[in-house]
Amino acid sequence: MASRFALRAFAVLVATAVNFAVASAEDRSIVVASTTSTQDSGLFGYLLPIFKAKTGIEVKVIAQGTGQALDTARRGDADVVFVHAKAQEEKFLAEGFGVKRFDVMYNDFVLIGPKSDLAGVKGQDIETALKTIQAKRAPFVSRGDRSGTHSAELTLWRQAGIDIGASKGSWYREIGQGMGAALNTASAMNAYVLSDRGTWLSFKNRGELEIVVEGDKRLFNQYGVMLVNPAKHPTVKQQLGQTFVDWIISGEGQAAIAGYKIDGQQLFFPNADKKGA
Amino acid sequence: MRAAASDLPLVLDSVSLEANSTTILDRLNLTIGPGAPTLIVGPNGAGKTRLLRLCMGLDAPSAGRITWGGRADSEMRGRAILFQRPVMLRRTTAANVAYALAQVGLPRSQRADRIAALLESVGLSDLAQRPARRLSGGEQQRLALARALARDPEILLLDEPTANLDPAATRGVEEIVLAAAKSGIKIVMASHDLGQVRRLAGDVIFLVRGAVCEQAKAEYFLDHPKTQEAAAFLRGDLVI
Amino acid sequence: MSDQFSAWQLILNGDPALFAIVRLSLAVSLSAVALAALIGMPLGALLGLARFPGRSVPVVLLNTLMGLPPVVVGLAVYLLLSRSGPLGGFGILFTPTAMVIAQTILIVPIIAAPTRQTVEDLWVEYRDELTAMNVTPAGRMTTLLWDARYSLVTALLAGFGRAAAEVGAVMIVGGNIDGFTRTMTTAVALETSKGNLPLAMGLGVILLAIVLAINAAAWGTRVWSERQAG
Repeated sequence: MASRFALRAFAVLVATAVNFAVASAEDRSIVVASTTSTQDSGLFGYLLPIFKAKTGIEVKVIAQGTGQALDTARRGDADVVFVHAKAQEEKFLAEGFGVKRFDVMYNDFVLIGPKSDLAGVKGQDIETALKTIQAKRAPFVSRGDRSGTHSAELTLWRQAGIDIGASKGSWYREIGQGMGAALNTASAMNAYVLSDRGTWLSFKNRGELEIVVEGDKRLFNQYGVMLVNPAKHPTVKQQLGQTFVDWIISGEGQAAIAGYKIDGQQLFFPNADKKGA
Repeated sequence: MRAAASDLPLVLDSVSLEANSTTILDRLNLTIGPGAPTLIVGPNGAGKTRLLRLCMGLDAPSAGRITWGGRADSEMRGRAILFQRPVMLRRTTAANVAYALAQVGLPRSQRADRIAALLESVGLSDLAQRPARRLSGGEQQRLALARALARDPEILLLDEPTANLDPAATRGVEEIVLAAAKSGIKIVMASHDLGQVRRLAGDVIFLVRGAVCEQAKAEYFLDHPKTQEAAAFLRGDLVI
Repeated sequence: MSDQFSAWQLILNGDPALFAIVRLSLAVSLSAVALAALIGMPLGALLGLARFPGRSVPVVLLNTLMGLPPVVVGLAVYLLLSRSGPLGGFGILFTPTAMVIAQTILIVPIIAAPTRQTVEDLWVEYRDELTAMNVTPAGRMTTLLWDARYSLVTALLAGFGRAAAEVGAVMIVGGNIDGFTRTMTTAVALETSKGNLPLAMGLGVILLAIVLAINAAAWGTRVWSERQAG
């Protein structure tokens, strides 16, 4: 009878769903909370197969802003964090949620803007450029999401002597989303936006945008990795997570990072020193 | 499976039915006993349908008492009712009968034979696998009869079952009703077709404006009505 | 999934990542519909048949819940399933199971509310017959649900449509993990944020085509079924 068939079909579907749970509660997998800039740049797509081939460990990356990634780890929903906002990372460590912080790699931020460069900031240093943009009220897109890039952006405004919280107007567009979304928005609005070089290099929807400011020492962008503290969350996969941390700062992992290129250009520069903090 | 205790005689004791401050049935006193079919006749709006629903137990009276075989509380197990427009379940003809059998608890193993027998008795054997909703009006009424008979009822109530049917279909239904009556089922049927009354009735209850106007054996009622309203009705005048 | 190819090329090449994403999307959404139907149809039928004072309250509430924002459901389920949350012990956050749970919650009202209305309307027609046939309350529910099956399929398809189309809930509770919890919709979101707009659009078209195919299959099943049982 049709109803009996339907019942059986339901049962199969439920079993499939349950099966997902079983299959994904794999022994050899870890959750790494990382940033949208590392995801959108394609770095993990390149690195993780190498890591898996060597260790057999499946790495599941949740890509969020740095702030959100650290919060996810605070809740115990990740085993490792791999982010780029040193101040926030050190706070995380001080709160006891991380075991030890290691530098992993760096790249730089670049200021992106429209080819027409209506604010006329091309070639300036970053502080002057930001001052100019604010003075001329040129459209500027901010991540606005407590990410590493957002933290860096806020620091740069501060260093330029601008209280952005007070002086932001309708020219300053906070979108609360990831780097790719910010670039899309800037492309559509012909606005300025601070981006990490990795995401920019792999971003396809550039429209009229190009790099307007780069190379300034203050645009240095450091990435760090931490194992989430099992003392705070006993469910953290300590051994497997530590294997990942160890690998990424090892000679092999560092070489792999250096090996990731787009159109011949290297996106991230390994700089782990193994001692960590 | 016939109910253990009998539902007859069906007695209405000063039964009234009110709705929206209108009196639909007014202090009816009736006794329906076993035997030949009882036909309930009367003009439209007289309350025939309401009376049948009370006899079935679908509705409760506003005043007075109904008893089935002396019991006021009687499950509807030993009775069955046919509505003017039967509702066909969205499945085949045979499945409709199977459904009725399932509701009265006939074990699955015995159903196939009983379904075949019932369909045979109502002349629908050839249409067993047809979707019930695609039967003609007359066929649907016969299927409704099969469902009713599946309950092995003691009383079979019918509410103007042939009102919407052509003569051929009407005859089909009447034949089944007569066969049921012959097998001992008490028929209580509303009708406003006097020819039908003549063909089927043992006795007649004549209802006007919610009250029993006359009650007599069929021959007496039809040929020697006692009341003016009955005479008018039989003449074909409007009885207001 | 490679950025270099267009969506069409991915199909022709039989790109395994694309097919894995399609499989996951269907598995999650179809499972959610199945579970939601198991919960929502009896619930709707029960409410459709029940008569008690204050009945309008659950009826209106159920109708309102059809508009549950997916992202809110995602957040709520996330908080429940997080390791720091009450159900964290099961460890099912960031898995397809969590996605099925979130989507099920989302579409139970979408199935239950129309079921309630359909059963309520049908009861008006069926009440006398079913009462006269001594049908039990449970029997009434199953009979009405079965007889109303064609109308109810529409409710199921509405539920499926909603599940297949939403991104907010599965993104939050699934995490859009490459190879594990990436569905068609989260893939579209990801490719959009990477600036791969043509690929994102192509994926969107593929998703639409799949939903269309399922609706066509449902329609075909109905036509065939009507021929059998009317």
